[in-house]
Amino acid sequence: MTRFCEGDPVQVLALGKAGHVRIPHYVREHFGTVVGYCGTYLNPEDLAVGNTGGKAVDLYRVAFDQSALWPDEAHPAHDRLIIEIYDHWLAPATETEHAP
Amino acid sequence: MPHDAHHHEEHEALVIEDEAGNIEAQIIVNALQEVLIGKGLLTAHEVTAAIAKLESPGIHLGAKVVAKAWTDPAYKARLMEDGRAAVQELDIPVTEARIIVVENTPTRHNLITCTLCSCYPRSILGQPPSWYISKAYRARSVREPRSVLSEFGLNLPLEVRLDVHDSNADMRYLVLPEPPADLASYDLAALEAMISRDHLIGVARHVG
Repeated sequence: MTRFCEGDPVQVLALGKAGHVRIPHYVREHFGTVVGYCGTYLNPEDLAVGNTGGKAVDLYRVAFDQSALWPDEAHPAHDRLIIEIYDHWLAPATETEHAP
Repeated sequence: MPHDAHHHEEHEALVIEDEAGNIEAQIIVNALQEVLIGKGLLTAHEVTAAIAKLESPGIHLGAKVVAKAWTDPAYKARLMEDGRAAVQELDIPVTEARIIVVENTPTRHNLITCTLCSCYPRSILGQPPSWYISKAYRARSVREPRSVLSEFGLNLPLEVRLDVHDSNADMRYLVLPEPPADLASYDLAALEAMISRDHLIGVARHVG
């Protein structure tokens, strides 16, 4: 059982981790919607320092409204950015926080 | 350097390696290669063979996948469901964990990028073009993708939704372009010849 399902509203956390982190700054703290589940993968934050014995983590594809990510650019309202986010970087959000 | 997790210069240092023409990285690679060959752990021939293997996949493999999907609906369904398995059906050895195929339609266009480095479906398409790994493309393909597309000669109508896929983690992506309107008038070889690398990344849209 995964923590999130397709269609769930989520927020990307700003964990402030150093090192080989695969969650770029431009999506941190933004609200998005889960659009797919990718399976479990070893955490790149562990792999980068040679720790291959860590627990595999759930990976999701999350969609964001481009107009919310880049408010200073002119993006049509339906344009999206879709990116992969590991479970520990996500928090559940309510529908009202995210209104795509 | 201050020990601040948010210090941006530290993030920058990690990605400089991917820039073409990075002299420092080249010096390190050359020195390492010289030591390994000197110690008899590696031969120059092995290095050349490894490079040849890296460069051997190419657009023709991606074109084969797309042409098959256009002409075989059952194959297309399998490709959309599990890209990796469907690509392997064509005897293309896939090294990526998963291949996600994103389909262009009259109302949707897809663009692939990797903002953090240069992730790319290499086992199908070979090495990415130098612009794909440039900092300019990586930054602008997410921030202002429609401007980037127009510089590639594609003026995407506003009513077509643009989905940009940042391959930041374990998935690798392949765009399935729309087939030409007169699909039935081409044989497989002709179709494959019409499909370019740019179609499969999404910086080009119209085939034929």
